[in-house]
Amino acid sequence: MLLKIAEILFIFGVLILGAAALTWVERRLLGLWQDRYGPNRAGPLGILQPVADMVKILTKEDWIPPFADRVLYVIAPAIIIIATFMVFAVIPLSPSLGVIELNIGLLFFLAMASLSVYSVVLAGWASNSKYALLGGVRAASQMISYEVFMALSLAGVIMMAGSFNLRTIVEAQQGLWFVVPQFFGFVAFFVAGLAESHRLPLDLPESEHELTAGFHTEYSGMKFGMFFLGEYVGVIVTSAMIVTLFMGGWHGPWLPPLVWFGLKMAFFVALFVLLRAAIPRPRYDQLMAFGWKLLLPLTLANAVITGGVLLAGS
Amino acid sequence: MLSQLRSLWWVFLHTFRKRDTLQYPEEEVYLPPRTRGRIVLSRDPDGEERCVACNLCAVACPVDCISLAKAEDDQGRWYPDFFRINFSRCIYCGMCEEACPTYAIQLIPDFEMAEYDRANMVYEKDDLLIAGTGKYPDYNFYRVAGMAVGGKDKGEAENEDYPIDPKSLMP
Repeated sequence: MLLKIAEILFIFGVLILGAAALTWVERRLLGLWQDRYGPNRAGPLGILQPVADMVKILTKEDWIPPFADRVLYVIAPAIIIIATFMVFAVIPLSPSLGVIELNIGLLFFLAMASLSVYSVVLAGWASNSKYALLGGVRAASQMISYEVFMALSLAGVIMMAGSFNLRTIVEAQQGLWFVVPQFFGFVAFFVAGLAESHRLPLDLPESEHELTAGFHTEYSGMKFGMFFLGEYVGVIVTSAMIVTLFMGGWHGPWLPPLVWFGLKMAFFVALFVLLRAAIPRPRYDQLMAFGWKLLLPLTLANAVITGGVLLAGS
Repeated sequence: MLSQLRSLWWVFLHTFRKRDTLQYPEEEVYLPPRTRGRIVLSRDPDGEERCVACNLCAVACPVDCISLAKAEDDQGRWYPDFFRINFSRCIYCGMCEEACPTYAIQLIPDFEMAEYDRANMVYEKDDLLIAGTGKYPDYNFYRVAGMAVGGKDKGEAENEDYPIDPKSLMP
């Protein structure tokens, strides 16, 4: 029992520290790819930058605009934190490590991803300002649309592993990672994950150039910090899910399983940052057309073909 | 779609590029000699103040950050009684330098003049005066101007003829 609690606290702590470190890692990587340095002053290589940011954001005035809906305004940032952290409970980090083993682990992940939509929509609504509302509306339609493909792109994985249990799915990739037979599923899931965590090429709910900051325009202080934290935890969680579902989880030669999991996850986190550095944001109708006209047929065909092949093979 | 992957690859290749940032306080920034920075008051080759307190710089200054008052010494030379530049207003446009008839006021390549206290941004004449001649080593206003000062009478300046006597009939 105590061991389990220690394990949960360990995973929780690693996740929070990872998200905090990611704020620094992302800026350093962006700097690297834009031929500049990024934050390199606080501590060696600027590693203490997250501490400085934390001190700054915690000591800021925590202001709620008088025109806002106070209850929803306060609840919204909490939802995204809870939803994204909950996902990590079902992810198996190594053969022995993992908070909980659910038979419906994958469904739990999809459910929590859907719940995090509430956060941005409620934030946009409760802020009671037009930029925030537009951001919230965009977030709602974007995330609901991409959830469809997210679930559909996983249909192939579920069929091949024969289970919703994430641990079973990882164990089914002992010989061959699912990224090979399920390549289209992998691509669709990657794009959908990007849209779900509303990271930069698909950050239309925020899009600072046209909506100032979208759904969190009115937020300041630690409430804004919680949205920020939620976004970075979302990046980590999406990377962890990609690794679990398609890249063979902890499998890999020579190195211990946990290290393999971490390395693969770090690769995808870096890829997320590279996408941010390289790809411009699409127009909103392009985003919707890409989802419904390209990804939906692709994932449906992927599911049908996978099912057919499996049926023929059995 | 392919072009997106290509731009991903190109951006990734920047990993191996040199970074453009200059680490400023550790690395020095190269400033061209004509950079318009801190304002100084120079002296002529004899070591006297060049400024003749004509007020043209104060008039030319678009933000009115220069103030001075004229005084005259026993030699007949004009000089500023006080000369004050408020650098918290100065926009480093260089109009004062252009307006100056004696090359006294000059902008030099130095910008490191930050202060914690705004009052310290106001430079008095002692802070502005430098020991040397600045950009024009040979120029000496009173040696080329027609004005008579102590040690130099009318007509003794460079390229200046002695004044003619209009009442004289001699050629």
